[in-house]
Amino acid sequence: MKKKIEVKICTGTLCYVMGGAELQVIDEHIPEEILEFIDIKGAPCLEHCNRPIGNSKAPYVEIDGEVISGATVVKVVNAIKKALESKQ
Amino acid sequence: MAGVLNNATIIKRELLTKVANLVWTGRLVEDIDRIPAIIRPKGGESYRCCVYKDRAMAKYKLIALMGFNAQDEDADFIPLSRYAKKALLREEVSSVPLTVVSEACSACVKVNYVVTNMCRGCVGRPCMVNCPKDAIEFKNGQAHIISEKCVNCGLCKGNCPYHAIIYTPVPCEESCPVGAITKDEHGIEVIDDDKCIYCGRCVMSCPFGAIMEKSHVVEILTAIKNENKKVIAMVAPAIAGQFKLPLSKILGAVKAIGFDEVIEVALGANITTEIESAELIERLEGGAKFMTTSCCPSYVATIKKHVPEIYENVSHTGTPMHYTAQIMRDKYPDAVLVFVGPCLAKRYEAVINPLTNYMMSFEEIGSTLVGLNIDINGTEALELDPAIESLSRGYAVTSGVFTAVADRLKDNCPIEIVPFVINGIDKTTIKLLKTYAKKAPGNMIEVMSCEGGCVNGCNTLANPRIATRQVAESVKL
Repeated sequence: MKKKIEVKICTGTLCYVMGGAELQVIDEHIPEEILEFIDIKGAPCLEHCNRPIGNSKAPYVEIDGEVISGATVVKVVNAIKKALESKQ
Repeated sequence: MAGVLNNATIIKRELLTKVANLVWTGRLVEDIDRIPAIIRPKGGESYRCCVYKDRAMAKYKLIALMGFNAQDEDADFIPLSRYAKKALLREEVSSVPLTVVSEACSACVKVNYVVTNMCRGCVGRPCMVNCPKDAIEFKNGQAHIISEKCVNCGLCKGNCPYHAIIYTPVPCEESCPVGAITKDEHGIEVIDDDKCIYCGRCVMSCPFGAIMEKSHVVEILTAIKNENKKVIAMVAPAIAGQFKLPLSKILGAVKAIGFDEVIEVALGANITTEIESAELIERLEGGAKFMTTSCCPSYVATIKKHVPEIYENVSHTGTPMHYTAQIMRDKYPDAVLVFVGPCLAKRYEAVINPLTNYMMSFEEIGSTLVGLNIDINGTEALELDPAIESLSRGYAVTSGVFTAVADRLKDNCPIEIVPFVINGIDKTTIKLLKTYAKKAPGNMIEVMSCEGGCVNGCNTLANPRIATRQVAESVKL
């Protein structure tokens, strides 16, 4: 079996308050046929807020290590789809 | 907040974190005037025309977040530091909970109908022919609506064969179920306190974040910092759904802000259930056709101001907040009692109830935790009060009050209870409520202003669906 794509949603206070709360329902927005290839989990503070790069801002999500800043449901779902495509 | 997040909400929370941080570190007066430039640095991104306009808006919003009216005429001339000084000394908070940031507001249309470029300038001109107010003129071969004459009837839109006329809503006016928010002669929204039911929809709906709650964060954090004061947080049951943590940990996070004691308002809900049950039976045995609930202050305001014909049917039982405050006031006569809750209506209730001092919304709790650099995942869990009945924690979701009352009466009920639940107040349900004076659909009518209950309040952090699930879990504790 292929290795699943790992999606880490930062649940630190800042990320959660600045919009991350909405990312808790991300699985409801992912098409069912690709859901099995993805491993979504909440992570304690990923520390990106302590060393922001450029204009990056909370909430942060990591997809196979790639950092998504200012994460929204749409942004994350698109990034997951892209990550899947590049794997195939 | 109602499941929809937008940048205006995020900006408000960012500003709140800054205010909380400055109060906490004792630099409010010194540094508050820098905040607008800090959040909108030169050369950075701006939402409006430029960073300077964004900064000006941030200033007005900070005035509101320090508890003042943002539309004060001299707001332009007074530095934020002077507001900060006043706020730090103030102990009484305003009973009018909302303020409109007039500069941000004027962006909306004066009339709802707009002729788009799709207008073909046809010969038939049904828009003009059918306009009852002679408000359509033709300029450069296209129709144009004269705003001074237009009465927003929409006949032009309905008659245009090219669908070239569109309806543009004013979000706050559209969202208000009681017509309490309207434009003044300058096109700025004004809230009529005689009509306002504190539902908070205008706050949520304005895409400019122009309608602000006057926050008590400065007073609360100042009281917490004062070692001579005992500050107690009374936390509404809807808190159970606000963070992805067990209730005991969430309460611990609230305590980590520095409260001397954190108590669940569900404790007061025990008493509400008991008295509400007794009152229901007493009223029905006394011949009343029905009784309706009193725990949602927005609903009570709706009845008082807009459906007075059934005001006598509203239960006299106090809210869970009221009884919790009573318990704590008896125990600590001099303490500062802070109600921690989900919405504007509860802010209003906390301000007018003489037992409580301040209100802190869930959104303010979250922002304060950020401002004080507290990691919610790392705080210590509190022990839950075993005296709290499980259904008392269910008050946060729709039909929670009824469920608790029905359970209380299940073994000993002399009268058949016919429940009816109104899940959310809007224009239609208000019309429906008016008919209850003649005939009601049940004898115990529970009404919550927000669809789904308090978990959907205007100051909540979590998605209401998740929050509802977590509240259901808390009921099992």
